[in-house]
Amino acid sequence: MERTNHMEYMDGMEIIKSDIMQKVINKMHHYQPGKYTAEDVRQALQREYCTVEDFAALLSPAAEPYLEQMAQRAKLETRKHFGNSVYLFTPLYLSNYCENHCVYCGFNCYNHIKRAKLSIEEIEKEMRAIAASGLEEILLLTGESRKMADITYIGEACKIARKYFKMVGLEVYPMNSDEYAYLHACGADFVTVFQETYDSDQYETLHLAGHKRVFPYRFHAQERALMGGMRGVAFAALLGLADFRKDAFATGIHAYFIQNKYPWAEISFSCPRLRPIVNNDKINPKDVHETQLLQIMMAYRIFMPFAGMTISTRERAGFRDNVVGMTATKISAGVSTGIGNHGENDVEKGDVQFEIADRRNVEEVCCALREHGLQPVMNDYVYV
Amino acid sequence: MEKKDTFILGGKEFSSRFILGSGKYNVQLIKAAVENAGAQMITLALRRANTKDAENILDHIPEGITLLPNTSGARNAKEAVRIARLARELGCGNFVKVEVIHDSKYLLPDNYETIKATEQLAAEGFVVLPYMYPDLNVARDLMSAGAAAIMPLAAPIGSNKGLATKDFIRILIEEIDLPIIVDAGIGRPSQACEAMEMGCAAVMANTAIATAGDIPRMAKAFHLAIEAGRSAYLSGLGRVLEKGGSASSPLTGFLQD
Repeated sequence: MERTNHMEYMDGMEIIKSDIMQKVINKMHHYQPGKYTAEDVRQALQREYCTVEDFAALLSPAAEPYLEQMAQRAKLETRKHFGNSVYLFTPLYLSNYCENHCVYCGFNCYNHIKRAKLSIEEIEKEMRAIAASGLEEILLLTGESRKMADITYIGEACKIARKYFKMVGLEVYPMNSDEYAYLHACGADFVTVFQETYDSDQYETLHLAGHKRVFPYRFHAQERALMGGMRGVAFAALLGLADFRKDAFATGIHAYFIQNKYPWAEISFSCPRLRPIVNNDKINPKDVHETQLLQIMMAYRIFMPFAGMTISTRERAGFRDNVVGMTATKISAGVSTGIGNHGENDVEKGDVQFEIADRRNVEEVCCALREHGLQPVMNDYVYV
Repeated sequence: MEKKDTFILGGKEFSSRFILGSGKYNVQLIKAAVENAGAQMITLALRRANTKDAENILDHIPEGITLLPNTSGARNAKEAVRIARLARELGCGNFVKVEVIHDSKYLLPDNYETIKATEQLAAEGFVVLPYMYPDLNVARDLMSAGAAAIMPLAAPIGSNKGLATKDFIRILIEEIDLPIIVDAGIGRPSQACEAMEMGCAAVMANTAIATAGDIPRMAKAFHLAIEAGRSAYLSGLGRVLEKGGSASSPLTGFLQD
């Protein structure tokens, strides 16, 4: 099959006026992690306000011997801005149909997995079961298929979610600003989009077909979401797909430029590493080990101390418990990445997107937080 | 007999001049912090009260304490007004600290939107305490808009940097005929003491206490410092010479009438 130009918009995709992509790509191309020295790292840690250059140094290999100092600084910043609060949420996968061919993803359209989509009644049932666990924040996810999970369907899910939860976030396919505005009116207020990798050449080789192939449309999703009235947006690169230091750098400055242009926006980071998927054991986190992941999370925290940060269930419990309060401010609990199994005796209708490493329920996560002197917070949000 | 030293807000008389924050630490510690602080008023983010969870902050605040819900999360006047109304509906009373923040990075208050929200809420019968960047013109506008007190920031929220805006707060104390309550940035008891020595009516602190190793004990330290500062202010601080001594022979001694 002939591959289309991944930098060209498809019909119906909104084009916005923004120079942020160009700025991020340029800076990322010029970023050479190997050029930074121990002295650069020491200076970055001494400076009260972390500059873009400091952030670049903190992400570099030269910073690896300074992890403990970075941890001390990161913890201080987290305490200053968030106290001992840690926010809890859970993701709910509405559908795993997908029209994209992303070679690393378990949901990709050529992967033969069990596909499913929750009916409106099933959504309500799942949400009721999740709300009974005490959670007040939910993140709604779909595979990237507009046909099987259209905007109206997602909107209905948002309306139901608003009945059970105080905070509704979305992690679905990128859309136009008027569609984000519609979903905001339905009750959603936060949009997460993973750029996967900011290296557009690498992006092209990983996203072979579908809407997701269009790099700039995905890149500008956060901006369109804010234009649509969303309160906040989250950023992530899927670490391990390309040069992880460059990807982490690009993620940070993408968030930085967005905050600069939309100062009121709440900014958050997710920190996913590639995980094994169904039917493809070649997919793994490569050289992004826990040390590197922690370094990246601490660099995000020192660079943008006010930003939220979510730690994924892709990571083991021991890692998650130690990074919350130090860098991360949000943790998921009671997670399933399959379709429809939150109720008692439920059997998954559809296969999971990736393997999770922390299967603890809400109470277990709360207990672990308290043991670390942290305060589990179910809601810190008012929809206005 | 010594006159009781109190101040009045929204028709209520307060003898404690320490307004305690309640965010960023375990709700289970609030009672001990309030007692040690000798506080009669406590701020709370409505978004933390808006929960069905056992961690609902409202369940942990001792009786008899005046609630000062804030509008944190509001990005403009309209949102602040909606949050304040919601707080009243939830039974948090008529007091509201208007906090309009349009910048997620520095968390600096938006003075223009704050004036608009203050005007609207005061008209609706709220006792409005606006959090603001210390600017005399804005403080005058807030007074005209019906504010019950003015809450200028000492330094950026959570920075613990102390009275970075000292000179501007001093101007407000001199020019504005409302209680001036220093809010945000106070990091140590000594800084709270200094604010009170200057003539502030009260001090509000949160992060300094929330991030202390022993929260109730730090609340007590602030309590003592605020009382000391207030006593110093009432006593009339002794003159402090900025440079050198003053001439013993006055320069104006030649005048004959």
